[in-house]
Amino acid sequence: MPSRIVKAVRRVGARVVDGVWRFGVASRFLFLTLAYSATSFRRFHLIIKEIFSTGVLSLIIILVSGLFVGMVLGMQGYDTLQRYGASESLGVMVALSLVRELGPVVAALLFASRAGSAITAEIGLMKATEQLSAMEMMAVNPIARVVAPRFWAGVISMPLLAAMFSAMGVFGGYLVGVKLIGVDEGSFWSQMQNAVDFQQDIVNGVIKSFVFGVAVTAIALFEGYDAPPTAEGVSGATTRTVVTSSLAILALDFVLTAFMFRGEV
Amino acid sequence: MERTTIDLWVGLFVVMGLGALLVLALKVGNLGGVNISESYAVTADFSNIGGLKVRAPVKSAGVVVGRVAEIKYDAENHEARVTLKLDRKYPFSKDTSASIMTSGLLGEQYIALESGGDSVVLKEGDKIKITQSAVVLENLIGQFLYNKAADSGEKK
Repeated sequence: MPSRIVKAVRRVGARVVDGVWRFGVASRFLFLTLAYSATSFRRFHLIIKEIFSTGVLSLIIILVSGLFVGMVLGMQGYDTLQRYGASESLGVMVALSLVRELGPVVAALLFASRAGSAITAEIGLMKATEQLSAMEMMAVNPIARVVAPRFWAGVISMPLLAAMFSAMGVFGGYLVGVKLIGVDEGSFWSQMQNAVDFQQDIVNGVIKSFVFGVAVTAIALFEGYDAPPTAEGVSGATTRTVVTSSLAILALDFVLTAFMFRGEV
Repeated sequence: MERTTIDLWVGLFVVMGLGALLVLALKVGNLGGVNISESYAVTADFSNIGGLKVRAPVKSAGVVVGRVAEIKYDAENHEARVTLKLDRKYPFSKDTSASIMTSGLLGEQYIALESGGDSVVLKEGDKIKITQSAVVLENLIGQFLYNKAADSGEKK
């Protein structure tokens, strides 16, 4: 019996050590990516090509999701607010929910599922088919040529996608609240403009989405680069990207919200 | 896909993203509203500020004329000291009164200013002397019950 307990404790210890070691390797990888970023910016067309893959190709899912999230918020918000005779505050509720929380967080979760998994699979396959080794053989640094452009493309795309998600969501809330249910249009917009602060709400939302962009892209790139060069390894890395990124987004969101809106909530 | 097509799509994507940010700033946020670039600060003491927050609007006749800049607790008078930043375009008389009001039933709290008849106007660092605190619902209910009990006692 005691030996079982010892073994269990040892396993937990080994997992913790493994986790810390992986975190160290990932941090070193991120540092190298940042160090080679200048090379990528000199060849900006590489970043543009990656913005197309990560940003433009994620556009449809972001816009459609934003619209539906805003429409649901409009419907549920009206249902709750009209019980207190405050249905005119619907605009405030929809806008603050989207700009502060749902916009950056849901857009980042969708970005992790759509673009993050694609980045991991692409780099994992490049590793499995020895394209990265071939680059090294030709004296081309794979971090400067493959990783850094994808990193900056993700970091640039994420805040833009989150802004489009929020704007589309507000439009969805307007469609349901004003056009479908009949909330007064003037009150909807004026109360929203009175309550939403540019600095406190919108800029903080953009900062959040920027941080999520860094986290998701760094995780996706590291998982792809670190993936075992087999079909099973690449599929496992893709799954890990989505799981780790989603958890990182939610944890970071809590920390950032605690810092940004302390005393406000 | 050709490089020019990719460039076009990425350009469109960036323009759409920046456009969305602009919509959020001007249509959703208050950037297009009152821009208090030049302002003067005045203070007002309240015995209770309720749920008033920093950046809450300061209104006069329903028009936003400033924002709440700071809320502090005055340990000497045991009152809340609120600093208001008022737009320099709007002068207020020295005997202006400030009240804490609520917009709607569940709305945010704001400060309403009512100008008096004094010809001297408020300047940077002045203090608004006539103030009315936020209405505390518990106090109102307590007063109502007390009056009700007093009425029924008199009838007996």
